[in-house]
Amino acid sequence: MIKPSSRESAFAGRELGIVVALVAVVVAATIARPSFLSGQGIHDLFLNASIIGLLAIGQALLVITRNIDLSVGSVMGLTAYLSGQLFLVDKDLPVIVVVLAGIGLGAVCGAINGALVAIAKVPALVVTLGTLYVFRGIDYAWASATDTTQINAYQMPQGFLDLGSGSLLGIPNLTLITLVVLGLTAYALHNFRAGRELYAIGSNPDAARLAGIPTGRRVFSAFVISGGLVGLGGVMHAAYFGTINASVGTGRELAVVAAVVVGGVAIFGGSGTVLGAVLGALLLTTITSALPILGVPAFWQRAVDGAALLVAISLDRAFMVRLAERLRAERAVRRA
Amino acid sequence: MASCGGTTKGSEEAQGDGGGGTAREADPNAEIKEGLQIAFLPKEIDNPYEVLVDEGGIDAVEELKGEGKEVGPSDASASSQVSYINTLIQQRQDAIVIAANDPNAVAPALKDAMSKGIAVVTYDSDAAPDARQIFVNQADSEEIGRSQVKLMSDQIGGEGKIAILSATPNATNQNTWIKFMKDELTKPEYSKIELVKIAYGDDDDQKSFQEAQGLLQSIPDLKGIISPTTVGISAAARYISSSPYKGKVKLTGLGTPNQMRQFVKDGTVTEFALWNPIELGYLAGYAAASLASGKISGKEGEKFEAGKLGEYEIGKDGEIILGPPTNFNADNIDDFDF
Repeated sequence: MIKPSSRESAFAGRELGIVVALVAVVVAATIARPSFLSGQGIHDLFLNASIIGLLAIGQALLVITRNIDLSVGSVMGLTAYLSGQLFLVDKDLPVIVVVLAGIGLGAVCGAINGALVAIAKVPALVVTLGTLYVFRGIDYAWASATDTTQINAYQMPQGFLDLGSGSLLGIPNLTLITLVVLGLTAYALHNFRAGRELYAIGSNPDAARLAGIPTGRRVFSAFVISGGLVGLGGVMHAAYFGTINASVGTGRELAVVAAVVVGGVAIFGGSGTVLGAVLGALLLTTITSALPILGVPAFWQRAVDGAALLVAISLDRAFMVRLAERLRAERAVRRA
Repeated sequence: MASCGGTTKGSEEAQGDGGGGTAREADPNAEIKEGLQIAFLPKEIDNPYEVLVDEGGIDAVEELKGEGKEVGPSDASASSQVSYINTLIQQRQDAIVIAANDPNAVAPALKDAMSKGIAVVTYDSDAAPDARQIFVNQADSEEIGRSQVKLMSDQIGGEGKIAILSATPNATNQNTWIKFMKDELTKPEYSKIELVKIAYGDDDDQKSFQEAQGLLQSIPDLKGIISPTTVGISAAARYISSSPYKGKVKLTGLGTPNQMRQFVKDGTVTEFALWNPIELGYLAGYAAASLASGKISGKEGEKFEAGKLGEYEIGKDGEIILGPPTNFNADNIDDFDF
């Protein structure tokens, strides 16, 4: 953080790269099928990326601090299931109560992860791999204890389903929620002291501690905030799909981590932005939508997804090497 | 095996296995024994569909004054059921009713169970035929495939472009049904219907949703989508219900009434089909109890009573077919709760 200006322009460069890739995919798909970029087409692209984008914001906060949360799929499943259960108890429950309950439960799950990581000092990879199974197990146990394996659209109020499928001024509600969260976290990360400290922790945890940064507390808070966002994502999933069972979100953690990495957040912490993570999510979901239109056979889609991830990481790596060289050169000039 | 007496190897094995030979000799007049212990082993314990099936099975066992229970793994991987089968053998259950995750992975354990006189019935998804006595099939694959085409044709007036939204590209059930759908479409009465694309949603909400979008976007004059998978049809219904395609593009397939109720009522979906999973389990429960009581042995042509469902006859390769799928629409959907 010696020369923030050069770093910031570097970040803009990385995000620009994702935007270029995104445009390339959209242009290719639009040439193949002009309706890809119709009003409905754009609406769908944003809608598809909204939930995964929201999860990517939370995940980016953690990855920036050199942590990771693999339990996001399970937390999302648990909170989606909670929203359904709440409506089974009382279908007239105000939607906001359910949203807050989902965020609350997500934050509690995040606090459990955070406490184990920050206080008990267990590596996040191991903690969240464990809670991935624990939270999913609770979800299953809850489903079988209440004998409610599936909660369906007709059991939820129309107002709640409208939250998932409706739009304001042509922008899907879910996209608006993600954009608001993105704006708030991007501002906080960039301008608040605590936000900057997350980068310091990720760059060098020991140095951060010696510099007087309360690393434990910051990491714990990042887990709680990320958990709350995942909880919100779970409620959004329930409103969006209208069918919930105990396996909602299974395997989602890898898609989220992929979005964050493609979005240019360094997996070893210390750099990256939440905007990049959201763009990464948008890029990956857009690729998924574009592949069938480009005529890629279904059997190959997964492989293409993975290849896209590898390309993104390679480009990112090449960029980082160049950046490191430039920083070294600048330092040499300063010393001379 | 037991059904085709010609294959000497199979019948030898059957006799060799039958240390408790009485279990293998069918006596149609035997009474169903009381207090039978029958275990249901689903693909995975929390799959909503399998839970319903097992509820039906346990009901059947209780009707017959036996003890039914459901045990099973929490993941549907090929080998995860084996340790459960071994435990059930040790517990000396009278019958094991299993939806096999993999036809071959469970075969050795099931053969071991049969050699110890335990009746083995598969339902929903079969094991290797020589590793079980009876397979209770939800419905004839051919009938499912063909009836889906009829459902769609009725809704689009017999002409136009249609697409299929399936599960994974290698899902056995769906691929068999699709094969029969394609065959049905070659009939003259469907000559004006064109199947333009098969998409795969991988039985994942998000993927199915996006594949449905892709179909609607890339085929502007699409008339209908057939989605022969419960995840696919509900994701597609959810998308169509909130898009401009509602009412213009017909959607049918296989789904549960509870899942589809909202979309039938709001006019997104006119009619879809499914067999009754509770009845599937119920039939499997009766088949298992009849086997364990020696009323039947799994040979072709044997008959048994299945409570409220009436009499069933065992077909080729020890297979019993539950019956044709039920069609659900606005008139009857509220009569069903599953």
